[in-house]
Amino acid sequence: MLGKLTWDAIPFNQPIPMAASLMVVVVILAVLGYTFAKGWWPYLWREWITSVDHKRLGIMYAVLALVMLLRGFTDAIMMRSQQAVAAGGHQGYLPPEHYDQIFSAHGTIMIFFVAMPFVIGLMNFVLPLQLGVRDVAFPVLNSISFWLTCSGALLVNMSLMIGSFARTGWLVYPPLSELAFSPDVGVDYYLWSLQISGVGTLMTGINFVTTILKLRAPGMGYMRMPVFCWTALASNLLIVAAFPVLTATLAMLILDRYLGFHFFTNDGGGSAMMFINLIWIWGHPEVYILVLPAFGVYSEVIATFARKPLFGYRSMVAATLGICLLSFMVWLHHFFTMGAGADVNAFFGVMTMVIAVPTGVKVFNWLFTLYGGRVHFASPVLWSLGFICTFVIGGMTGVLLAIPPADFVLHNSLFLVAHFHNVIIGGVLFGAFAGYMYWFPKAFGFQLNERLGKASFWCWLIGFYLAFFPLYALGLMGATRRMQHYDNVQWQPLMLVAMLGALVILTGILLIILQLLVSIRQRAKLVDRTGDPWQGRTLEWSTASPPPAWNFALLPQVQGTDAYWTMKQAGRATARPATPPAYEPLEVPRNTPVGVILAFFSVIAGFALIWHIWWLAIIGLIGLAVTALSHAWSVDREMVIPADEVAAFERARVSGGGS
Amino acid sequence: MSLADSLTNPADEPVGVPYSERGPASIETVASFGFWLFLLSDVVMFSALFAAYAVLQDHVAGGPDGLKLFNRGYVLAETMCLLVSSFTCGLMALAIERRATAAFYLWGIVTFVLGAAFIGLEISEFLRMIREGAAPERSAFLSAFFTLVGCHGLHVSLGLAWLATMMAQVGTLGFRPQIVRRLLCFTLFWHALDIVWIGVFTIVYLGARW
Repeated sequence: MLGKLTWDAIPFNQPIPMAASLMVVVVILAVLGYTFAKGWWPYLWREWITSVDHKRLGIMYAVLALVMLLRGFTDAIMMRSQQAVAAGGHQGYLPPEHYDQIFSAHGTIMIFFVAMPFVIGLMNFVLPLQLGVRDVAFPVLNSISFWLTCSGALLVNMSLMIGSFARTGWLVYPPLSELAFSPDVGVDYYLWSLQISGVGTLMTGINFVTTILKLRAPGMGYMRMPVFCWTALASNLLIVAAFPVLTATLAMLILDRYLGFHFFTNDGGGSAMMFINLIWIWGHPEVYILVLPAFGVYSEVIATFARKPLFGYRSMVAATLGICLLSFMVWLHHFFTMGAGADVNAFFGVMTMVIAVPTGVKVFNWLFTLYGGRVHFASPVLWSLGFICTFVIGGMTGVLLAIPPADFVLHNSLFLVAHFHNVIIGGVLFGAFAGYMYWFPKAFGFQLNERLGKASFWCWLIGFYLAFFPLYALGLMGATRRMQHYDNVQWQPLMLVAMLGALVILTGILLIILQLLVSIRQRAKLVDRTGDPWQGRTLEWSTASPPPAWNFALLPQVQGTDAYWTMKQAGRATARPATPPAYEPLEVPRNTPVGVILAFFSVIAGFALIWHIWWLAIIGLIGLAVTALSHAWSVDREMVIPADEVAAFERARVSGGGS
Repeated sequence: MSLADSLTNPADEPVGVPYSERGPASIETVASFGFWLFLLSDVVMFSALFAAYAVLQDHVAGGPDGLKLFNRGYVLAETMCLLVSSFTCGLMALAIERRATAAFYLWGIVTFVLGAAFIGLEISEFLRMIREGAAPERSAFLSAFFTLVGCHGLHVSLGLAWLATMMAQVGTLGFRPQIVRRLLCFTLFWHALDIVWIGVFTIVYLGARW
């Protein structure tokens, strides 16, 4: 009746997961109860959960990312504290089977449910505004994508309470992840949550590529798009080209585990190395999917706060597309030790080093933009400067690892762990925070507290160096990754420094939360009525903060790069026409619950498949089909905002704006 | 709108302004462009399955190989069903353009029957192989074969469900723009499956070591 699901799945005898999952349940119930008691549910349902507005979806993506960051970071601090104590004869406080779940969950959550939602959230919020249009190409699809991502996140977190998570690392390498060696549901949780959220990500990629290539304000030719749009285009092209490979690869592993196929098994002619090749054909582009939008954020932030056009716009575009292409030609550097031979390794080593060239072009472009500028050191700039220094170091250790003989020594060591945290924290996460602090006033109409933002930045920066530079040294001393304990007590002092660094980063995270709470309390003081608090250069700053549902009452006419800056210089932005412009009634898509309903049935189906509850899986699949079909018969999908309402909003904005 | 119409400039478009600077594209363009991207991603997924098949083709683990299992004449009949269904799907698209309901149903049903015949032939081939002891659990080669060919078959089956849905939609909602856009996407999907099948026929069936 319930497949593999029994009471044994609940970790009653393991205090740590039990306490953690009870706490999560209590927090969720408290939040639900509080919002219910306050009577916010109808509002949340109407305005947020069923919303198809790209701005609200972007904000919800960012909220998901921040919540999941807390989960992923909890895993991180558990690992650091375990390694700080488990030296010599000590086993620490986490048994191996629990520790292995923690490092697997940490990687999975941080990449798929923190970094991805954060950059997708930023792109969601910013792209249509920067392109000067009213929404993305497929607004309902956008909502479905978001809710499917939430389904995946929910399934991963359910493994904390019901059953267990994978003990295989974040990329579930076979043969360890095959049924013979991982017979419990951990790997299945991983597979189904990633398949579900992967569908959402793929649809996001299709949606955004279409938006960028087909929906731009009049006059915005390709070479007039803001650099963030270019990097988003490259990133989403990579999603469209890479995520299907992930889907296919995970499907093969699912077939191995569920139907006894032999893709990656030890017996029957299976090839485990094929999995590792396939997963990295997706996995290497994935890191550029994450970091390219962050590069875009830095480009916007640096140009805005240096008060200069971005240096080398064309070379920036070329470098972005160069990285987009090259990212598909380096996957083998993740496993030089496979033994493909010197020629193959040399080719992939050289290709990997070649990527440093366009990246270097970008770094110099940012530096030359800053050079001679009157830099205003607001918090987004601090994140950007911290990024440039940190990322250059991470990039150089990457070039070091790209040398196959060196990689044979450093493969799977803590040096590697330090390297990829160096580029992902220093590159992606700093970019996400820079974007968060840069666009927050646009999203909510008030600024964030700058003091707390800067304090958080310094904690993250110092904490990062304390936490990860010892790992470079430990890696060179021979420490491998994923150790539940180690014998060499000489490693312990550096492990303690790394632990200290994690605590400093924790302070940085707490300061981000504090900044949000304090800023909400001080919102009257921090309010920005101009819609352009930073003297922005691109079109998102030309509309109100927060922007209305229709973004722009009249589509802007673009006459060059830095469209809004050009308008301001020409006096077009503030010029009052003699007669008020003739606003027209606007069609916007109606809100729909189809996304959240599909996500609900996906969770049902996913959970049932994980636990082999076949009847429930069929119910879930029927639910998905019925929901999709009933949506296919809905015809009244748009609503019209009357011209009067648009005009009234614009009048109020001009009189209250003061600019 | 016929192909010739869509290539000419609408009268209100300013002459001399580059396409990229003319502002947001029409919903028809946006919808079909998005669907083309989806098809592209689908082809990428198939390419991963093709790669897996190419790698595992010789990993027969002492079991039967393609030479022993495949019947080229049978597969040719299967192939003809699918290719002809693509042609009738094209005739259906012409009927949609004329908004000719009866012709649309006729060619829609012919396409459906041919697609269903393809699926029927494929399933009976699969069942024959499994009876002969060549099930996907037998070897990595057979796992890759059943997955690649089965994934294409799953796509065709979903296409059949989609076609049936679209015939019901035309019946209830008529040829409104939303429905015509979906029908256009369906025809793209159906032709794309043909192209994938030509890859399957060439690499899997003709490529077997004879």
